[in-house]
Amino acid sequence: MVPIGAYVAVSAILFVTGLVGVLVRRNFIIVLMCVEIMLNGANLNLVAFAHHLDSLAGQIMSLFVIAIAAGEAAVGLAIIIVVFRGKIATNVDQINLLKW
Amino acid sequence: MFDLIVILIPLFPLLAVLANGLNVMLGHRYSDEIAHRLGWGSVLLSFLCALWVFGQTLGHPEPRTVIAYRWFFGGDLTVNLGFLVDPLTCVMMLVVTGVGFLIHVYSVGYMHGEEGFTRFFAYMNLFMVSMLLLVMGNNYAVLFIGWEGVGLCSYLLIGYYYDRVSAAKAATKAFVVNRIGDAGFLIAIFLVFARFGTLDYTEVFAKADTLDSTTAFAIAVCLLIGAVGKSAQLPLYTWLPDAMEGPTPVSALIHAATMVTAGVYMVVRNHAIYDIAPNALVLVGVIGGATALFAATIGLVQTDIKRVLAYSTVSQLGFMFLACGVGAYAAAIFHLVTHAFFKALLFLAAGSVIHALSGEQDIRKMGGLWNKVPATHWVFLIGTAAIAGFPFLSGWWSKDEILGHAFTHRRYVLWALGAAAAFCTAFYMSRLLYVTFYGQSRVDHEVAHHIHEPSWWMRGPLLILAALSALGGLIGVIPGGLEHGAFHQFLGPVFSTAVAGASGHKEVHLLPFILMAVTTAIGLAGWFTAHYFYYVKPEQPNLLMNRMKGVYTLLWNKYWVDELYDRIAVEPSKAVGRSFDKVDTVGIDRVVVAVEQVTDLSAAGSTWFEKYVIYGLINVMGYVNHIGARILRQLQTGLVHHYAAILVTGLVILVNLIVLILWWGGAS
Repeated sequence: MVPIGAYVAVSAILFVTGLVGVLVRRNFIIVLMCVEIMLNGANLNLVAFAHHLDSLAGQIMSLFVIAIAAGEAAVGLAIIIVVFRGKIATNVDQINLLKW
Repeated sequence: MFDLIVILIPLFPLLAVLANGLNVMLGHRYSDEIAHRLGWGSVLLSFLCALWVFGQTLGHPEPRTVIAYRWFFGGDLTVNLGFLVDPLTCVMMLVVTGVGFLIHVYSVGYMHGEEGFTRFFAYMNLFMVSMLLLVMGNNYAVLFIGWEGVGLCSYLLIGYYYDRVSAAKAATKAFVVNRIGDAGFLIAIFLVFARFGTLDYTEVFAKADTLDSTTAFAIAVCLLIGAVGKSAQLPLYTWLPDAMEGPTPVSALIHAATMVTAGVYMVVRNHAIYDIAPNALVLVGVIGGATALFAATIGLVQTDIKRVLAYSTVSQLGFMFLACGVGAYAAAIFHLVTHAFFKALLFLAAGSVIHALSGEQDIRKMGGLWNKVPATHWVFLIGTAAIAGFPFLSGWWSKDEILGHAFTHRRYVLWALGAAAAFCTAFYMSRLLYVTFYGQSRVDHEVAHHIHEPSWWMRGPLLILAALSALGGLIGVIPGGLEHGAFHQFLGPVFSTAVAGASGHKEVHLLPFILMAVTTAIGLAGWFTAHYFYYVKPEQPNLLMNRMKGVYTLLWNKYWVDELYDRIAVEPSKAVGRSFDKVDTVGIDRVVVAVEQVTDLSAAGSTWFEKYVIYGLINVMGYVNHIGARILRQLQTGLVHHYAAILVTGLVILVNLIVLILWWGGAS
């Protein structure tokens, strides 16, 4: 029986890995993948506690997260393609359309 | 030991997939040589493990469950990644890994020098993994994973030449049509779970007889929808002929020998459910019989060598469904095995012809090849004889058995459908043989110079498969005689609960031999007709074609089924899409434009008011803000990173604050 702390630790590591990736990496696709890693870190936490508390709620919740992550990936990739076509930019720091 | 070996069977190809897949992603770190060795080597190892497991099962036919690990669980639901080892699994495993291994070896020669060689082997091995999960799983969830996995690999391999539009379209078509079947299959799984609360075969089948007939019928029909999609039966068969866009070894492995038989395997596996839903079983038989004849008639006039074989596959799968429909499950699996031998052989031999003719697939541009590629000619001849039902070859035994069962179970209509299909089969296969290998050569001149026998990589598997096609039927007759051969004795325990009809005709000793003589005569008649039309009087087919213009056009256009589906399903879907687009551009956009105009107008009014009334008043305030804003503006860099960093910082502060407040609250 793996203690719950181990799951929390792994999910924290996953989450922080993703977070650091989002903050420091520049490639669009890697940033998007890091977001997925963060979501999965959260997922792991949900599933671990669902198992710990012997309740299905967390697992169902994680299924929703997976579904939303799929949607997010689709939208994100679509944005990347549009940006790539329009500006030939593949790095996050090459566009600052959000400015002012 | 036993558990480990069973788990190793799907694991070997999986490791090869990982290695070759990584190699493709990391930019080809090792040569094609190593890639193909990994490809066929892993399948060979699986085959050896399967043989060992088969040896272990010989003396112990009772089902054994091997659990790799608990896959998902929670509440009262537990699903294991587990395998069920019983005679049926063993037969399927041996066919999948054995024929799969031969086709992998053949592919080394056939795909030599193609772009994406490593990718090809990665897909093929992924297919082996999925197919093994499909046949080995001990519950519906594992079956479903394998089911979807083979569908995915089928998609990937049909679209192997992804830069060819027709290949991409065929791949999409196969995927979408399969999806219709999969929906039915999923509903069946849901029904099983709702009714039994578990997905394990053993538990479900043990409790199957507690089902009421309506639920049993519903589950059986939903399963059948899945099987019809995967095994290309009426009305969902249209994807299989188009699937011939893939490389020929793919057609042999996936679209003839293994994947398309998954539906048959599933029906046989679920025979406990079908046995208590006789109406569904009748439906299975009718669909099978109708498909067998329908596809065979289309095959009569096709001119693409691979398409003829594709329609022949659809037709032969129909035979297997027909066998299931009359409760002759062992006969269905027997035909599945022999069909895997001779159809893989025919496809690979056709691939060898195509290879020799530099990619030509139209049989009207072949002819007279028998002395130019003699080895290919001989194996093709054996394959044709086997499928056409030439006495003592493998197809003869298994097809006879199916038709015999149909007759002795008093399904005379099904028997007639099957017999007619058998005649057509013998005719179109002999036609294919004559037009391709005999008569005048119609090969283009440049192509004719390059005609050559294939390398030993390709010839070896052809010879082995030819031997199996010729002699493979004997496992069904030795040592106990008709329907009591080693094969049926081995499979027997699986169907011990099946309907007792199989023993009904034992009392009549003469009937099987009469039926056998009749079907043999039918097969020979088909061959003789083809011989007359395409050898004795080669001008005859064109005369007949002109005389029966209507029938010919009908068959040539495949009964316009594709066009019908386009008209009733594909085009309406597109029309719905276009109408949404229209609503968007005409309806919603117009509203938006109107809103915009109103806004414009009011904005103009506001501007005037602001310019001359408010502006003056707040100019001073504005300047102050302006200066403030210029300072704060530096924060807005427009770079996502910076926003994310600020967000995270804020989050950390907030969480700390909350913790602190909670702590203080608790302390006081």
